[in-house]
Amino acid sequence: MPNKSLDLHVGEAKPGCAKKDPIMIVDKLTKSFGGLKAVDVDHLEIPRNAITALIGPNGAGKTTLFNLLTGFDTGDTGTWLFNGKKLAGVPAFKVAQLGEVRTFQLTKALSLLTVLENMKLGAKNQKGEKLLPALLPAIWKSQEKQVEEKAIEILKKFKLYEKKDDFAASLSGGQRKLLEMARALMIDPTLVMLDEPMAGVNPALTESLLEHILNLKSSGMTVLFIEHDMHMVRHIADWVVVMAEGKVVAEGEAHSVMKDQAVIDAYLGSHQELDLGEVTGRVNK
Amino acid sequence: MKSQLPVVEIKDLVAGYLPGVNILNGANLVANQGELIGIIGPNGAGKSTLLKAIFGQVKVRSGSVSLNGEDITGLKAEKLVSRGVGMVPQNNNVFPSLTIEENLQMGVYQKPQLFNERLDFVLSLFAELKNRLSQRAGSLSGGERQMVAMGRALMMNPTVLLLDEPSAGLSPVRQDEAFIRVSDINKAGVTTIMVEQNARRCLQICDRGYVLDQGKDAYSGSGRDLLNDPKVIGLYLGTLGA
Repeated sequence: MPNKSLDLHVGEAKPGCAKKDPIMIVDKLTKSFGGLKAVDVDHLEIPRNAITALIGPNGAGKTTLFNLLTGFDTGDTGTWLFNGKKLAGVPAFKVAQLGEVRTFQLTKALSLLTVLENMKLGAKNQKGEKLLPALLPAIWKSQEKQVEEKAIEILKKFKLYEKKDDFAASLSGGQRKLLEMARALMIDPTLVMLDEPMAGVNPALTESLLEHILNLKSSGMTVLFIEHDMHMVRHIADWVVVMAEGKVVAEGEAHSVMKDQAVIDAYLGSHQELDLGEVTGRVNK
Repeated sequence: MKSQLPVVEIKDLVAGYLPGVNILNGANLVANQGELIGIIGPNGAGKSTLLKAIFGQVKVRSGSVSLNGEDITGLKAEKLVSRGVGMVPQNNNVFPSLTIEENLQMGVYQKPQLFNERLDFVLSLFAELKNRLSQRAGSLSGGERQMVAMGRALMMNPTVLLLDEPSAGLSPVRQDEAFIRVSDINKAGVTTIMVEQNARRCLQICDRGYVLDQGKDAYSGSGRDLLNDPKVIGLYLGTLGA
């Protein structure tokens, strides 16, 4: 088991409890779609330099919350502070430049760019982005070279270097997940938000993915991730936030949250620890 | 003698979508009467393609599929349904604008006279649907939709049921329910072939499993043996859930 960060919260571990050193503070954030309140978070703090898992049933509002916090969608009411800075109304690309990056459940790699090009696109403040400087290679050439070196260094870490000249479209589902995470690191983020990093990834690849996520923490970053794979949550999450019907309904360390009867009823089910062969009577104990 | 033939037998199946690119490279599989068969393997191994090849949705380039000893290779889906092959796709598996009852009727449109008898059977498996027959399928949750899709496939009293990732996209409690549902269907006597990403859960309930890798059956054995096989654990299951 990896080293868990302990003692993250102040007082009792309950929905909305304060953290000793929060990187993100959310207040009264709501978002409705028609008559459905998809997100209705009264107060939520995300601990810095720790790995927080966001779990909950389908339709609980987890991805919508991600969309709001990253500027991919706008909330109806509410505020949230990232590193002490108000982010409501800030567009997604600026949020990313401020150091809060995300990945998507269904990966959004640019399929007709190569793996390396996808990576280079992730770097911020590139001098060649503006029209006039773009015409004068002398202005951006050396920066471009640095960006490429950095991209290659990250690709090597993620074991994607051999694929650097392949189109992103040719990667398998699991490799695309890795590419998205690698690309997110190009802007030196402080908060990395991962939407179901394990979904559709072959179990044999998951261990290396976990390793990468743990490395983010050890190099000083904060991770917030949505996941249905409870083995993974239990293995790497320092803190777990449970959402249901738009609200935060439980918070705490993984082992205690997973024993919470309300969480078991609404989300985990009573068979979590059991062998389904025994549950269904197909196999004798 | 007929009862000793496998219900489904796949021999050296080669199939693919693009010219010159094979997804299945000589896959073999046998499902005997009453068995629950699980197919697992990494992304892109050809798991869903294998089901599609059985169900006539992808062109078979060589090899054969037989049902109770009769060659059914390359038959169209509707012919296969009338011969007793039922399929539950992973996505878009219900008619959202139709009610649950109408969805179940669609399952039996080739033999409407079976409707009442089969409806009783399906409702005996999925009691939750009984009071909701007039509800539109589009308003159902993922787990409920899948129950309707399974029910629809069962309406024709299939000899074999093909399931493509019944647990995909569901939260843990719904996943477990889906696996238990699959087990119940199989216990009711339906030979079942299930493709799954959640390999550990799949192997826990299946009688026999196949590990597909690069379009071939790399390993096969009882669900228990595969669960405990160090090679299968290292390559396909991972050690996290152990």
